[in-house]
Amino acid sequence: MQERRVQTDAEINSDLLNNVLKARRWYWPAVGISATVMFAAIVAWACVIVMGLGLTGLNRPIMWGFFVTNFVFWIGISHAGVMLSAILRLSKAEWRRPATRAAEVLTVFSLMVAATNIFMHVGRVWRLLTWPLPYDFARGIFPNVRSALIWDPSAITTYLTGSILFVVVALIPDLAVIRDRTTGVRHQIYSLLSLGWRGTPRQWKLQIVAGFLLSALLLPVFVSVHSIVSWDFAAAIAVESWHSTIFAPYFVIGAVHSGVSGVVTVMIILRYAYNWEAYIRKEHLDALGKLLIAIATAWFYFFIMEILASLYNLEGQEIALRELQVLTWPFAPMFIVFIVTGYFLPVPLWLFKSVRRSPMWMLVTTISVNIGMWIERFLIVVPGLARKQPLTFDWSSYSPSIFEIIMVTGTFAFVTLMMLLFSKVFPLIPIFDIKEGQILSDEIQIGRRKVPALKVEE
Amino acid sequence: MTQMLGLFKEAEKAAAATEALEQSGYGSDNFDILTGSPYPEGAFGEREVKHRLYIFPFIGAILGISTALLITVGTQLAYPMVTGGKPILSIPTMLIIAYEGTMLGAILFTVLGIFFESRLPNPRAGIYDPRITEGYIGITLECSEDRVNSVEKLLKRAGADDVLQET
Repeated sequence: MQERRVQTDAEINSDLLNNVLKARRWYWPAVGISATVMFAAIVAWACVIVMGLGLTGLNRPIMWGFFVTNFVFWIGISHAGVMLSAILRLSKAEWRRPATRAAEVLTVFSLMVAATNIFMHVGRVWRLLTWPLPYDFARGIFPNVRSALIWDPSAITTYLTGSILFVVVALIPDLAVIRDRTTGVRHQIYSLLSLGWRGTPRQWKLQIVAGFLLSALLLPVFVSVHSIVSWDFAAAIAVESWHSTIFAPYFVIGAVHSGVSGVVTVMIILRYAYNWEAYIRKEHLDALGKLLIAIATAWFYFFIMEILASLYNLEGQEIALRELQVLTWPFAPMFIVFIVTGYFLPVPLWLFKSVRRSPMWMLVTTISVNIGMWIERFLIVVPGLARKQPLTFDWSSYSPSIFEIIMVTGTFAFVTLMMLLFSKVFPLIPIFDIKEGQILSDEIQIGRRKVPALKVEE
Repeated sequence: MTQMLGLFKEAEKAAAATEALEQSGYGSDNFDILTGSPYPEGAFGEREVKHRLYIFPFIGAILGISTALLITVGTQLAYPMVTGGKPILSIPTMLIIAYEGTMLGAILFTVLGIFFESRLPNPRAGIYDPRITEGYIGITLECSEDRVNSVEKLLKRAGADDVLQET
């Protein structure tokens, strides 16, 4: 049953544009803190660019560390947006309405920051341009399309472009709402951005069709992106323990697990920050909680399969890797934290309706999932490389330097800052979608009660 | 010609106004409905919206796959290094990039199609009122000077809260 409160269009405009038209008291301090952390990360990155990758903890054979872990993590988070938004749109799930925009915007910023991690990882940033782009005519050297590291930029570029356009197209009607509520220069800017939108039946029809069409186009891209990210590992000849045919679906479902949890975290923060209790309701958290149980369990199945299949062949390197991952300091406690926070803490809690309907519990459990999922990526990347060589004198360990820690922390600050800045300029809940939900809702009499119901399409 | 805009608070009254307009000789091609949110199609008796948006992704996909194949074939032939005795053109890897190129082309052309079919950007959009995004329903039409008064009366009789004119 829908627990909506009937609101007028003017009330919806005022509620959902409250931060756009007038900043909250906490807003600028929050921007300041995120910008400061990001600035620290930029300084750390500048030091690494000037003085070299020697400032990081990377050393042979472990040349992939925090940055690659963080890259995979943010790619995972980016899967939330389109997966959630597209599937819910295509299935016409009524409770999608408040979630889609935040999910799509989170996708865009996560992808940007994921790509930034690769720039951090390569050290000499400018050299990256000669790898994926076919322009180095002077030397006659062109990208090696047989490398998974070239498939990656093609997939991420497609996904990022598609996600940005998805957000932009759905924003146009809401920009018209802001245009109608502003004056002066802001009015002129929003008039320009809203492209002369008037809300004719033709424009609305195209807007709805566009939502479905872009969803249908982006869904296969989202599956391909994380599959290709997994092939960065699975298609690498050098590291035997990464050779796993299950990696692509395992990475995709892991990305969905962490991504949907990320969206729930953002939604709850928005609910508190902007007093959007009437829009991001407990019924939405309840539905997302149920969805997360299914996703988390599917992910856990792939996780178990990956371990079982790798141990079944009893290869020395594989056994050494699992021993390192599960039984050896410092990876063993990390493994326990990962499995508890990623699955065994949140999923049993989500089985309780009271937990699924509690914003605070959902916030705690979804953050817990992402702590676990970050560690999961670390445990795939680093121990694999540590036991890369068959000869034991080539085995090594890795600990991140302070520069890597600051730069990785900076990526979280970047996404926070971008979300904050976005919310100051554009509404983070799609206004027209909420209004459409109001139009389609109708009161029906059941016994002595009038309850909201959705009209069934003829 | 004068542009007129009748503003209605309720959808039922707006639907009644379009019916009255049709009875007085204005076909559904002569007036347009402006709303702040999408209403079910045909709610105001407006004409059916026809579009060709579905063609755009196909055109984009063809262009996208062609470009991707051109880049992948071109880069491999430009530096024809034989690796392990295998053919220069690696078909499986080309398929991956071709797939991404196809999807990118389809997405880009879909978005172009959305703007083209929505008639956006539209800098000279015509008569408009900000109350539309506050829930009012606008009925806009063009009529000759001598019919302005009769149309205004008709819209008001149907329940318009306000009728605006622009010449």
